[in-house]
Amino acid sequence: MTTLAYTVRDSRTMLRRNVRRMLRYPSLTAMVIGIPVVLLLLFVFVFGGTLGAGIDAAPGGGRTEYANYVVPGILLMTLAGAVQGTAISISMDMTEGIVARFRTMAISRAAVLTGHVIGSVIQSAIGVVVVLAVAFAIGFRPTAGPLEWLGAVAVLLMAALALIWLAVALGLKAKSVETASNTPMFLILLPFLGSGFVPTDSMPVALALFAEYQPFTPIIETLRGLLRGTPIGASGVLAVVWCVVIAGGGYLWSRRLYERASVRPRA
Amino acid sequence: MTAPPTASAITVSDLRKSFGDLVVLDGIDLDVPAGTIFSLLGPNGAGKTTTVQILSTLIPADAGVVRIGGHDLRADPGSVRGVIGVTGQFSAVDNLLTGEENLMLMVDLNHLDRREGRRKVDDLLQRFDLVDAAKTTPFTYSGGMRRKLDLAMTLVGSPRVIFLDEPTTGLDPRTRRTMWEIIRELAADGVTIFLTTQYLEEADELADRIALLDHGRIVAEGTPAELKRMIPGGHVSLRFTDPARLAAASAAFDDAFRDDEALTLQVPSDGGVRSLRAVLDRLDAAGVEADELTVHTPDLDDVFLALTGRPAPADPTAAPTAAAADKEKELSR
Repeated sequence: MTTLAYTVRDSRTMLRRNVRRMLRYPSLTAMVIGIPVVLLLLFVFVFGGTLGAGIDAAPGGGRTEYANYVVPGILLMTLAGAVQGTAISISMDMTEGIVARFRTMAISRAAVLTGHVIGSVIQSAIGVVVVLAVAFAIGFRPTAGPLEWLGAVAVLLMAALALIWLAVALGLKAKSVETASNTPMFLILLPFLGSGFVPTDSMPVALALFAEYQPFTPIIETLRGLLRGTPIGASGVLAVVWCVVIAGGGYLWSRRLYERASVRPRA
Repeated sequence: MTAPPTASAITVSDLRKSFGDLVVLDGIDLDVPAGTIFSLLGPNGAGKTTTVQILSTLIPADAGVVRIGGHDLRADPGSVRGVIGVTGQFSAVDNLLTGEENLMLMVDLNHLDRREGRRKVDDLLQRFDLVDAAKTTPFTYSGGMRRKLDLAMTLVGSPRVIFLDEPTTGLDPRTRRTMWEIIRELAADGVTIFLTTQYLEEADELADRIALLDHGRIVAEGTPAELKRMIPGGHVSLRFTDPARLAAASAAFDDAFRDDEALTLQVPSDGGVRSLRAVLDRLDAAGVEADELTVHTPDLDDVFLALTGRPAPADPTAAPTAAAADKEKELSR
């Protein structure tokens, strides 16, 4: 077999391992999917009536309109929550010594991380599908045609890869599983500090500035535009640039950490 | 793919490694003939694990040349990985996979045919007495079972050189003996074993050759017999109740070593009955009564003491002596 064939085979083996671990440890998957669903219900049914009335983008106000407004933000939050699981399982691998074993074997160096990344994409996809299904059930009505849906899937995939590679690095960097579960937490907050739940122009100036320029806002705006037909403008390009920068940075950082940090020197 | 057979499975010359200012390996040289058990013996912090981590391609050395199975470690780590297997002192098993799944994972990662691998896995489960545990995850395993699964995973790839980093640390005496059996069987099959241990008894039991590592340097190397020959022979140790008696006895044995603090007199002896009787006769003739008598045959503890100037490290968690191990065995029956 060629080197590439080995890399593919090793990555597939690692993916199988990660999927099996996910099934064996379903509470993690349940948590990363459950939290965004609960937040979606919370925001639509508890806050939705009031918030919907105050949002221009939700003409006519009301719960259903707010559901239409808030779903892109919740989807991003779903991705951000899922990568918490990525960081946790990477860190578990590193602290349990199994990665040290992999590194002494003649297997593709990239396979371990690739297996985790593809596994996380699958986990994120499941989360997104569940959240969308619940959203439909409570009145979310996207206006997107097939092409827009394809675009929305592409945006979600890009954002997922960016967040996952960042989380891989955070998981490798963490000295303990607890740290690994805490460090990606700020990602879940970012949709709140952007255009996920309310328009940024309703915020105080300093916060609005941050909200306007942080990466989640253009991604959410692009998604909203694709799903609900709101104007996208420069957000599309910005979203792609942010995703590429974060994914690339996370990938390079992860590679470096993996090569160096997977043995904690003990004399 | 296979390198030409060489007489040496592992050669190391002038291996050096520091972590910051801390010099961990200060130029070590080793030569391990293929198919033998080699033991790197030393106290905690001597540099044993660092040596294994370097030789098993986990961390780079600062300097030195290493060849394993005919491959240069620095130039061709990939080929080195193809011939080695490592079982470290911290278990490297997947806790969320069952024992069997862990082994099948190794089948896949070693690129073995699945059917052939399946057979191999069943063999290993049998051989390591893990059949009943095959369908459960290592969370439920005892320390000994985990260690066995760990070693079984290493064996899936049929490595020609196996690194065992403190393979029995923390194991109960019975499991320890089981591990020793397994290690001996592996060596009998022609596998080269590189074993680190802090137990003198373990090195003595298993190793064809032993190197003593202390503060990052090899302070002695040889067969267990050679090492024992490097120190004075056995002796009979006599303890007395007061200095006056010690002095009187000391006058009767001009070749003895006198320890005023411990109130003991060490008389050279081969430990045989005849020589013991001679010692007692001489004591009688001098009219001195000894409080206590112990017979001491040389062991690696003496080597360690003689070469490092310190007694072998006492580890509270471990190092059951042979006697304690036997007692334990009786209790567990």
